[in-house]
Amino acid sequence: MSNDALAKTSHLTELEAESIHILRETVAEFANPVMLYSIGKDSQVLLHLARKAFHPAPLPFPLLHVDTTWKFRDMYTFRDAFVAKHGLRLLVHQNRRALAEGINPFDHGSQKYTHAMKTQALLEALAAHGFDAAFGGARRDEEKSRAKERVFSFRDRHGQWDPRRQRPELWNLYNGRVDAGESMRVFPLSNWTELDVWHYVLRERIPVVPLYFAAERPVIDRGGTLLMVDDERMRLKPGEKPTLRRVRFRTLGCYPLSGAIDSSATTVEAVIHEMIHARQSERQGRLIDHDEEGSMELKKREGYF
Amino acid sequence: MDTALQPPLAPDVQRLLEEHSSKELLRLAVVGSVDDGKSTLIGRMLYECDGLFEDQISAVRRASAKRAAARTEATPPTVPPELLAQGLKAAAGAEEEELDFSLFTDGLRAEREQGITIDVAYRYLSTPRRKIIIADTPGHLQYTRNMATGASTADAGVILVDARLGVLPQTRRHAYIASLLGIPYLAVAVNKMDLVDFDRATFERIGSELVDFAHTLGFEGVRLFPVSASRGDNITRPSARTPWHEGGTLLGWLESLPHQRRLDGAPFRFPVQYVLRPHQDYRGLAGQVASGTVRVGDEVQVLPSGRRTRVAGIDTFDGPLEEASATASVTLRLADEVDASRGDMLAHVDSPPQALHQLEAMLVWFGEQPLDVSRRYLVKQATRTAPAQVERVLWRKELEDLSEQPAESLALNDIGRVRLVCRRPLLVDAYRENRRTGAFIVIDALTHDTVGAGMVLGPAETGARGAVEASLVSAEERRARLGQVGTLVLLPATPDAASRAFELERRLFDLGRHVAAVQGDVEVALALAGAGLVALVHAEAPQTRRALRAEARDAGLTWLELEATEDLERQVDRIVNARESSP
Repeated sequence: MSNDALAKTSHLTELEAESIHILRETVAEFANPVMLYSIGKDSQVLLHLARKAFHPAPLPFPLLHVDTTWKFRDMYTFRDAFVAKHGLRLLVHQNRRALAEGINPFDHGSQKYTHAMKTQALLEALAAHGFDAAFGGARRDEEKSRAKERVFSFRDRHGQWDPRRQRPELWNLYNGRVDAGESMRVFPLSNWTELDVWHYVLRERIPVVPLYFAAERPVIDRGGTLLMVDDERMRLKPGEKPTLRRVRFRTLGCYPLSGAIDSSATTVEAVIHEMIHARQSERQGRLIDHDEEGSMELKKREGYF
Repeated sequence: MDTALQPPLAPDVQRLLEEHSSKELLRLAVVGSVDDGKSTLIGRMLYECDGLFEDQISAVRRASAKRAAARTEATPPTVPPELLAQGLKAAAGAEEEELDFSLFTDGLRAEREQGITIDVAYRYLSTPRRKIIIADTPGHLQYTRNMATGASTADAGVILVDARLGVLPQTRRHAYIASLLGIPYLAVAVNKMDLVDFDRATFERIGSELVDFAHTLGFEGVRLFPVSASRGDNITRPSARTPWHEGGTLLGWLESLPHQRRLDGAPFRFPVQYVLRPHQDYRGLAGQVASGTVRVGDEVQVLPSGRRTRVAGIDTFDGPLEEASATASVTLRLADEVDASRGDMLAHVDSPPQALHQLEAMLVWFGEQPLDVSRRYLVKQATRTAPAQVERVLWRKELEDLSEQPAESLALNDIGRVRLVCRRPLLVDAYRENRRTGAFIVIDALTHDTVGAGMVLGPAETGARGAVEASLVSAEERRARLGQVGTLVLLPATPDAASRAFELERRLFDLGRHVAAVQGDVEVALALAGAGLVALVHAEAPQTRRALRAEARDAGLTWLELEATEDLERQVDRIVNARESSP
């Protein structure tokens, strides 16, 4: 994919330029920005765009990983290697109190768990460091309530989103004004689709966690969802026995809440090929979105990314 | 760990990827009033262009069945499993009509509960030639605001008209707003043709009325399509039910439109967004080329200062470039150490934008509170934010009949022509010449809400009021009288900044200086320094500190920024010996 003539007219190049504009605009207008880093493919693309935006200077903000402690082991390994290789500043935040209380995805259900380990943890971290802007890798094609979200998404003093009080967003003129305590979530990948992201990963040769590629992995089939048994903390129900299946993940989160898909795609282009023919949306394997209709919207109102 | 290095691609994957990589981006605004079938049209386009996934379709099938059941008050039917199992293509024909396509697009809980669309949403569509970003703009609630939002970035617009109702006042309003926001290409989809038996005369009557009207608005092209969004006629597939229609399909039209040619043809504009200075030997101006093209070696000027220099290099992460065109995000290095920072604009020396303090503009008002001509607002245009006042509303557009009415103010969703006075000059082109540099938003300085969207028409005629703004006392005369140079001194943002300001004020006063301490207020600080005083400003908010620097620079005031590491004596010493300098 090194055909320059193609690259020049590609919509990917235009999306890239738009995202870089958004990244620079945020850094210019805010005192203390941070980039949310979840180790997924969207995070990797966002980080790559940020490095492009501020080259040859180093990134003018740290990365923040809101760590539930239940990510796949491969993700932690990848995170540490990548951060070390590129000399990035990484902050890791865990909700200590929830951890001490033993909150986990099995006993407390995905809703309570997500609220404590992701939403609460994120709000704690933003407040502790006084961040006034936080980049996220969310895309509008992911989920219907995301389709309504602004590129600069205003959050009140409690980190909450109010869909009825969003600021109108015109042209490429983003209103970045906030009062003390208020903040902005900024989504430079708003106009990208899942296919765009994978295509860009290929074009730019962006490294991603190996879990996105098919391999033999120990999984259990729980009501049609393929869960990977990533460590000894996995609670098996009576009769459940992990079997090796050739699977990969389209989206990565906490391993007890991320469904795998049967696949033989071991390269980026095979993933793209598979996706072009896929008929299931990406978040279909995400258990936390399916608690009830509109659940993503409710989580965001509370401060979830 | 690097998974990026891959073996060569299989030929069919290569072909798919090349197809995807050569697509052009097209931004589309789709507008229509309640019940015109807009959500259905968009849902249909997504469905027929494979923009939807099987589980999304299944979810909509379930919801459609529920809705149908609720309407008939029958027991909720279970969705036939064979329907779920069927692929997308297999569902063509009769079963398709059972799908409520609007459910693909109405995403918020309140929208589903009420069956309405309350906010602009964005959808993504891929065709063999194009990636299309659709701004789905609800027509009824706050339609002006929502339409303006969706239309601001659109390369093309689609307006829906109900074939049974014909051209309504709201259709004219939609077309007017589309033209105001500069959408060059317009399609009118005459929808629900199935309900008028695909009658050619009905279509042509609506069409000729609209085309005549649209031409008065100055579109470059207006096309008409007889469609049925719920049945899929002439949207992505030509309809056998309209053999008399020779204009092709809506999608075919979208694929044939020229791409962003207005930006390419306009003069070079580069709003400086951010200064990259990783070390002493590198100073790069980061930004996005708003329009036109720049090449290494080009002679450019920095506005508003007017300083001239040459482009020494165009840098990117992927290596240096010889030239860059709209809308590339790049970093420019200049041949000379000329002062240029965020909010400035680079242009070729022979075709600069206008630097305007007073201008006329069309304004779409979004604020819950009406426009207040006595109030200060902030205007953000390109990368520059300036305090501004809407001095006068010249007229308001009456959207019922598109007449111009005298008005004192603008209320929510009003559109009017206004005269704007900015404290710092805006570097602008007329909006019809350049949608990037001719656009601005209005921000309420107190609530921080975005309350208006503006489109520059041109300079305002300088009236008597503009003339008296220039003081009759010169800076030189003040200097001679007071024995000092008016200076802005910014204190470091430390917790004790206020008490430090008063200490400094006391010491400088005792030394015979004319001095005053100011907290936070940019306007007061500028006025005092302009009157020849030493203004000691302490402000914590980075936005205030930035505004102060920018405005002091534009006003040509002497500037001094103190360091947190300096002790009082050192600070007094620096202020007393301040040499004329700009931030």
